[in-house]
Parts: sequence; structure tokens; C-alpha cells
Amino acid sequence: MTAAALLAAALLAGVYVGATWRCRSPWPLARAAAWLAGVATAAVAVAGPLAVHGDLRAHMAGHLLLGMVAPLLLVLGTPVTLALRALPTPAARRLSRLLRTAALRWLTDPLVAVPLNAAGLWVLYGTGLHAGTAHAPGLTALVSAHLLVSGYLATAAVLAVDPAPHRRGVGVRAGALAAGAAAHDVLAKVLYAHPPAGVAGAEDGARLMYDGGTVVTLVTAALLWRRWYTGREAVRAAAQPAVVASEAA
Amino acid sequence: MADALPRPPARRRLLVSGLLLGLGTAGAVDEIVFHQLLHWHHFYDRASGAAGLVSDGVLHAGTFSAAVAGMALLADARRRGPFLPALWWGAVLTGAGAFQVWDGVVHHKLLRLHQVRYGVDLTGYDVGWIVPGALLLGAGLVLLLRARARPTPVR
Repeated sequence: MTAAALLAAALLAGVYVGATWRCRSPWPLARAAAWLAGVATAAVAVAGPLAVHGDLRAHMAGHLLLGMVAPLLLVLGTPVTLALRALPTPAARRLSRLLRTAALRWLTDPLVAVPLNAAGLWVLYGTGLHAGTAHAPGLTALVSAHLLVSGYLATAAVLAVDPAPHRRGVGVRAGALAAGAAAHDVLAKVLYAHPPAGVAGAEDGARLMYDGGTVVTLVTAALLWRRWYTGREAVRAAAQPAVVASEAA
Repeated sequence: MADALPRPPARRRLLVSGLLLGLGTAGAVDEIVFHQLLHWHHFYDRASGAAGLVSDGVLHAGTFSAAVAGMALLADARRRGPFLPALWWGAVLTGAGAFQVWDGVVHHKLLRLHQVRYGVDLTGYDVGWIVPGALLLGAGLVLLLRARARPTPVR
């Protein structure tokens, strides 16, 4: 499990850095730093000292890193933009066609990706799945991979920093983010009230989930609104002469 | 002077920004004062059922998200046109008052999701929460009406 995770992390980091070399224009260092930090965060969460069973505090710290912090950093690395710039033109065209397929349009819609992410967490803790991972490393790996990927999809759909076929408006994306945060909060309180059988530190773990989720969601919301404020559309709308509509009224 | 009027979208943006920031501020005050400082509220009070857990979680996520959105919309409204203090403050007070009255009347009294404090007679605490909320709401609505009647006090 640990070796496989480290190998996957090395691969993710290596492919990205290789792509920045092949990129047709200079690639921003901050994006590369975000991606590498995201990979490192995910690796620490899966292979580090937090990956223990039976203590909900360590488990939740790991889950926050893997399911929320790492996806946010990875999204800020804008891997799709990098791929489109680094791939040879025919391959880049194929990739942008792939992004327009129905399945990917669907998966990158915040109204789908955010509920999928939340539903995965509810299934994990609401059913016997969490207890079932205790002695099944294969299942643990699957759950971890799902957490990272669904967290990435949800964050990418909300922040929309990479090109996506059809982007939702800022209100819908902010609403989806808030709804996802609400589902996370409610689940944390449910875990506090009814902890899974046989775990230590359940109350502290649930509070960590609640507070940590709030902090990461706040950062995500701030990034989302900041991008909207500095975005081309909002700037242009604000620069229009201020008299037109009042004269028409 | 029709020319000095900010466009209706900018006014609406200022209004929405104030309402969202009012909601967010009231939620934050509730969280910081009653949960963190006074410890009157509990993270989970072991009495409320599923509805209480859901309402707490939704309210928490909703209020802090509203505060962030409100700040961004305020910044945008200010670059779009002049700031109208009566309109914006009226909206802030209306949002905060509406949150407090809703929390006090619907959550505490009708649904009995959670209480202001535990193990004491609640009448004073309920009056002390709902009445200021209603005053905030009333003051906010008065300011909004005045902003509507005199739309251009600036420049």
C-alpha cells in the first residue's frame, strides 16, 4: 500500500514536471508548486503516520488532507491547462474532444461532482464500509483513491480554473460549495453523536472534521469569489457607463 | 439628477451584499459568542434529533458562505457605482435581524432544535435574543425604506 502510493505520487509529480518542460510557454512556478504540494500532501495522508486504524482523530486528519487539502492544491496546479499546452497539437485536440464528451461534461458539473463527493463520505461512514477497511488494504486503497479523485472533481467543478466545456455561473458554484460544506458539517455532527463502533477519539475526530472542513471550504470560497472579482466578465460589467440603465428606466 | 443614480443592478448588488453579510455576521456572532466564549451552546446537545443536526450544519455552512459572498459582492458594487450607506446598512441589519428572529422563534421555540442556554429558566434568555433581533430587523427595514424614498444622497 505504502510503496504503491509513493510510486503513484512520484509518477504524478514526474509527469507534471516533465510536462512543464515541454510546455510551449513558460509555466507559472506557483502552479507547479501547488501541484507538487498537493501530491506531497496526498502521499503523507496515505503513507504517513496518519494512516492508522482505530483512532478517529488521526483518521480524520488524514482524510482532511487527502479529501480536501490535496485536491485543492492539485486543482490550483491546473493540470488540464498544462496538458493542453504541453501535448502535441493532435493529442491536445483529442483531449479537448474528450473533455466535451457527455460523461465528462456531467462529471465536471458542480451540481453532480459536489453531491457525488458528499455521497461518497456518507456511504463510507453511514454503512459498514469504514469498519470494513480495517483489515482490507485493497479496500482502503480504493476508498483513498475515490476520496482524492472525487474531492478533486468537486473542487475543480467549483473553482473552474481549468478549461471546462460548460461552466456554471458563480452563484451556482458558490451554492454547490456551501451545500457540500453543509453535508460535511451534518455528517461530522452525526459522527459525533453516533460514532462508528470500535474507534477511539471519536468526539475530537468529529470536531476536527467539522472545523477543518470549515477552514478548507472558507479558503475555497475566498478563491472562488476572488477569481470572479478579477475575472474578465465581472470587470467588464463593472466598467460599463453607470447612466445607461437609469436613463432607460 | 438621473445621471448620478447608480444603475439598478449596482443597487441590487449592494442590497444582496448587505443581506448576505448581515446573515453571515449574525451567524458568526452566534458561533463565536455563544459556542466559543460563553459555552452556552454545545457542539451537540445530546437531545436534538436528526432535524437539529441538519439545521445546525446547514446554518453553519450557509452563514459563513454568505459572509464570503457578501464581501465579494460589496467590493463589486463599490467599483460599479457610489456606495449608498442607508441601503447597505439597512440590508445588513435586515439580514442579521432576520437570522436572529428566525433562529429564536423557529429553531428555539417552534421546532425546539436547541435552546439559548441549558439548565436555567429560559424566558429572559428568549426575550433577550428575539426582541433585539426584531429591533434589528425593524431598524433595517426602516433604513431600506428610507433608502428607497431618497435614492441619491451621494455626490
